[in-house]
Amino acid sequence: MSKSRNLLLTATLACVAAGPLLAGTYGLGREALPEEIAAWDLDIAPDGTGLPAGSGSVLDGEETFAEFCASCHGDFAEGVDNWPKLAGGEDTLADKDPLKTVGSYWPYLSTTFDYVRRSMPFGNAQSLTDDQVYEITAYILYSNDLVDEDFVLSNENFLEVKMPNAGGFIVDDRDTAEAHFWAEPCMENCKDSVEITMRALVLDVTPQDEVVEASAEAAPQPADATAPAPEPVVEEVALDPALLKKGEKVFKKCKACHQVGGKAKNKTGPILNGIVGAPIGAVEGFKYSKAMKALGEEGAVWDDENLTAFLTKPKKFLKKTKMSFAGLKKEADIEAVTEYLKSHGN
Amino acid sequence: MSNEVKGSQPSRRAFLKGAAAVGGSLAGGGAAMAATPDPLIVEKQPWAQGTGDGVDATPYGLPIQYESDVVRRNVEWLTADTISSINFTPIHALDGTITPQGCAFERHHSGAIDMRKDDFRLMINGLVDTPLVFTYEDLERFPRENRTFFLECAANTGMEWAGAQLNGAQFTHGMIHNMEYTGVSLRTLLNEAGVKPEGKWVYVEGADASSNGRSIPLEKALDDCMIAFKANGEALRKEHGYPARLIVPGWEGNLWVKWMRRIEVTDQPIESREETSKYTDTLEDGTSRKWTWVMDAKSVVTSPSPQAPIKHGKGPMVITGLAWSGRGAITRVDVSKDGGKTWETARLANPGQPMALTRFYLDTTWDGEEMLLQSRAMDESGYVQPTKAMLRETRGENSIYHNNCIQTWWVKSDGEAENVEVS
Repeated sequence: MSKSRNLLLTATLACVAAGPLLAGTYGLGREALPEEIAAWDLDIAPDGTGLPAGSGSVLDGEETFAEFCASCHGDFAEGVDNWPKLAGGEDTLADKDPLKTVGSYWPYLSTTFDYVRRSMPFGNAQSLTDDQVYEITAYILYSNDLVDEDFVLSNENFLEVKMPNAGGFIVDDRDTAEAHFWAEPCMENCKDSVEITMRALVLDVTPQDEVVEASAEAAPQPADATAPAPEPVVEEVALDPALLKKGEKVFKKCKACHQVGGKAKNKTGPILNGIVGAPIGAVEGFKYSKAMKALGEEGAVWDDENLTAFLTKPKKFLKKTKMSFAGLKKEADIEAVTEYLKSHGN
Repeated sequence: MSNEVKGSQPSRRAFLKGAAAVGGSLAGGGAAMAATPDPLIVEKQPWAQGTGDGVDATPYGLPIQYESDVVRRNVEWLTADTISSINFTPIHALDGTITPQGCAFERHHSGAIDMRKDDFRLMINGLVDTPLVFTYEDLERFPRENRTFFLECAANTGMEWAGAQLNGAQFTHGMIHNMEYTGVSLRTLLNEAGVKPEGKWVYVEGADASSNGRSIPLEKALDDCMIAFKANGEALRKEHGYPARLIVPGWEGNLWVKWMRRIEVTDQPIESREETSKYTDTLEDGTSRKWTWVMDAKSVVTSPSPQAPIKHGKGPMVITGLAWSGRGAITRVDVSKDGGKTWETARLANPGQPMALTRFYLDTTWDGEEMLLQSRAMDESGYVQPTKAMLRETRGENSIYHNNCIQTWWVKSDGEAENVEVS
C-alpha cells in the first residue's frame, strides 16, 4: 500500500516539475492536446492562415445556398426581412443609407469563410463541410458579381479574389481627427439662440409598454417550493421517440424562422404549434402571402399529404409562398420533422 | 395567512393631490400645510396590524411588485429576431452607479447559452510556450481581483445619428451597465502559458455558435483585461456570460466576450466578422474607421427624461444622470437647462473612477418653465463630450457606432419630457 502511494507521489511531483511550473508560474491547468487545439482553433487570418484544403463551385453553391442560407438571406443573397443582405450595395458607402454587404463592404474574403464555417447556418452552426463552405462563399461572391458562374473557389486561389472595399478602412484616428474635442468648454453665452430642430415624438417609433403594464397588474407570485411538480403532459397519440428525436434535429433547419413550444412567437415564419392537421394559412397574427391565404380560404388543411408536398419543394407546392426554403430532400427527414411537429400541440 | 398584509390602496393619491395644491399656493413659503389629516397616518394601516412574509418566502429575492416596470426593454424593429439582438437597461429608473445584473442590458449574437461550470474549458494556444487548458476550478485558484467597470455597446445611441429617434433614456442610452467584477487578470493567465516574443495580438472567442471572436492588441490584454466569473458579488448571470466572460475596461462592449472558451496569441489581427463588417465606423466619404475600441467620454441625464417626467410641480428638484469615459476617470459634468447656452457644473456623487460609471446630481429649483436639458462630461484626459453637430462634422451620419453626443431632453411645463435635437 505504502509503496504504491509513494510511487504515485513521486509521479505527481515529476509531472508538476515538468509542467508549466518551469516558467515560474502557478502550475495550474494542463497542456492542450493537438487534437483539442485543432478542434477549436478554426480562425482564418486575412493572409489565409488557417484555411482548410478544399474547393467549391458557384454552381454547387447555388444549391447549397438555397438549402441552408436562402430562408433568411434570400435566394440571391438579397436578404429576407431584417436578416442581413449579403449582396449588392456597390458604391453606396458614401450615400445617406449605405448598403453594407460582403461585396460592398467586407475587406477580406477570409472573414466570410471563417464566419460561415463557424457560425452558420443560424441555429445549426458548424454542420457544413469545408467544401460546402467553399461553395457558399463562391456563391456569395457570384451574387456580388465578383466572379463568373463557372468559378471554383479553393484554398489554392483564395487569396486571388479581389474584395472591392479592401482599401476602404483606416485605423482609428480620433486622437488626431478629433483633437479639437480636447478643449476647455464654454460656460456662458455659448450660443445666441436655440431652436428645436427634430422631435422623437413626431417620428413615433418608440416601443410602447403594453406587456410591462399587464405584468404589473398581475403581480408575480412568490415561488412555492412545496407545490407539486407539474404532471408530465401525456400525448393522446403515441409518438415514436426515435423519430421524434430525429425530427427535433431536422427542425434545426426551420428554427431560424419558426418557433414551437410555450413561448413561441411568430417570426419570419408562423408559429408551428398544432400545425399538423390545422387549416392552411390560419396562424393568428402571421402575415401570409396572398397565395397561402387563398389556399386556406379554399379549405385546405396541413394534412400529411400537403405537408409532405410543401416540405419537399415549397415553391413547387405553392409558387408564391413567402418561405424561401429549398425543401427537405430526404423523405425520412420529412417524416421525422412531421412527427416532431405533432409533438407540439396547441 | 388571512391576516397577512396584502398590497392595499388607501386614498394616498387623492391626498397627495390636495397637498400639492396647497403646496403650490405656498410656493417659497417653506413646508406646505395639509388641509386634512393624512389617512396614512391617522388611520391604522393593515401592514401595521398584521404580519408580513416570513423568511424564505422567496429564496432568491426579486424586486417588489411595485417596481415591475423597471425592466430591460427591447426595440423589436431593430433586429430580425430576439436571438441575435439587444435590449436596454432601464437607466431612467436606476440611481447610484452599480447596475443589477437582472436588468443590465443583453446583447447576444446566437442567444444566451446554458453552460455548466463543469463543462467550462478555457484554452490558451497560438504563440505561447505551452498551450494550456483551464477548468473553471483552475480559474478560482489564481490570485483574484475586484474591479468596477462600465460596459457600453459601441452601438449605444446609434439610432440617434440621423436625428432624435427613440423617446427615452433607456432606448437612447441603455446599452450600458456597470458592475463590480471578480476574476483573474488576463496577464496572469497569459503568463501561465508564456507568450512568445512574436506574439502581438490575442484573438478571443466564446463558446456560443457566434463565437464573437475579436482581436485585441497584446498590450491591452496584458494591461487591464480580466476573465471574470462574478459580478456584483454573485455568479455571472447566464445572459452576461456564465460561467466566465472577458472584461476589457473602457473598450467597446463587443470585445467583452461571454462564455469564454479560447485565447489565441497571434502575430496579426484575425479581422473577424465582428471587427470588419460590424463595429467599424463609416465616415461621410465612405471610408471606414476600424479598431475604434475606446469608448469616448459621454453622459446623459437619466431623470428627468421621457420615461421619468417631473411629477411634483415647481420647487426643489434633483436633476441626475450618468457619465463615463473609456479614457479614464470623469472629472467634471456640466448641465445646461437652456439647450447649451449656459452651463452649470453638477456635483459628482463620488470622485470619478477610471472607466466606471459616475453619478452626477444637480440639486436645483424648477421654476415650472420649459427646459432643454443637457449634460456634458469631461474626463481626466481633458476630452469634452461633443455636440451632435461636432460629431457629424467629423464623421457624417453613417457611423452607427460611437455616438457620444450631448443629449437634449425637452422638459415641458407639465413636466413631461421628450427626446429632441436642437440647433
